[in-house]
Amino acid sequence: MATNTAGRGKFKPLSMSSKEYKTFAKQREPARSVFANCVRAFVTGGLICVLGQAIQNGYMSWLKLSATQAANPTVATLIFISVLLTCLGVYDRLAQWAGAGSAVPVTGFANSMCSAALEHRAEGLVLGVGGNMFKLAGSVIVYGTVAAFVIGLIHVIFGIRGH
Amino acid sequence: MQFVWAFVVGGGICVLGQLMFDVLRLTPAHTMSTLVVLGAIADALGWYEPLIEFAGAGATVPITSFGNALVHGALTELQNTGPIGVITGMFKVTSAGISAAIIFSFLAALVVRPKG
Repeated sequence: MATNTAGRGKFKPLSMSSKEYKTFAKQREPARSVFANCVRAFVTGGLICVLGQAIQNGYMSWLKLSATQAANPTVATLIFISVLLTCLGVYDRLAQWAGAGSAVPVTGFANSMCSAALEHRAEGLVLGVGGNMFKLAGSVIVYGTVAAFVIGLIHVIFGIRGH
Repeated sequence: MQFVWAFVVGGGICVLGQLMFDVLRLTPAHTMSTLVVLGAIADALGWYEPLIEFAGAGATVPITSFGNALVHGALTELQNTGPIGVITGMFKVTSAGISAAIIFSFLAALVVRPKG
């Protein structure tokens, strides 16, 4: 401490200004190609949707359902696959590579819930699993619900008929 | 052809999410919330149904369809039962996804030890 005060004026202060830090951090940041990330997201997301389409077609011809009726079992099946892959640790490895490609489909929603449930299992079934399952997925549900409510309210106020 | 459009539209929505990650520097939670709200608005404007007609699972699998389903349930019930339908109908269409995710995740937490 004493040497520090004695040397004051001679040396540059150790802490950087926030502006210096920002430029410094930017230099050290690994270069991410936005284009390559987008290609990966496009391919992965597209393939997950093709898988969904295949499952939906399967339900439509197998159980003789209409496209709208088949949508719900399709989503449930995709969620089951996603939970299975999350348990095996495969989905998170895929997410490293695919970025938004595996996060945006409904499988990513299930992955966020399942991994939160597994991660907090040690804290108990109620406080850990029950309390943390929606830690990441909760924001999606909250904002979706609020947006749908506002839109519904606008329809009520202006007397627009529903779909 | 159906598979091609499912691939292109589903992939396109994921690219939109990736651009929000990389260019706008949003966190995954912010990105997903924004996409859900976009899906809800798209359905309110009547754009999402034609997209589902056109792209099938390409439009129903991405998270935007969750917003679409919430609005769709709310507006359908609004028409059938009046203003209270906005509240009661909201989760009618989308309950399969949420219920399945809760049940499978809970069962997984019961039997699986986390990896990685």
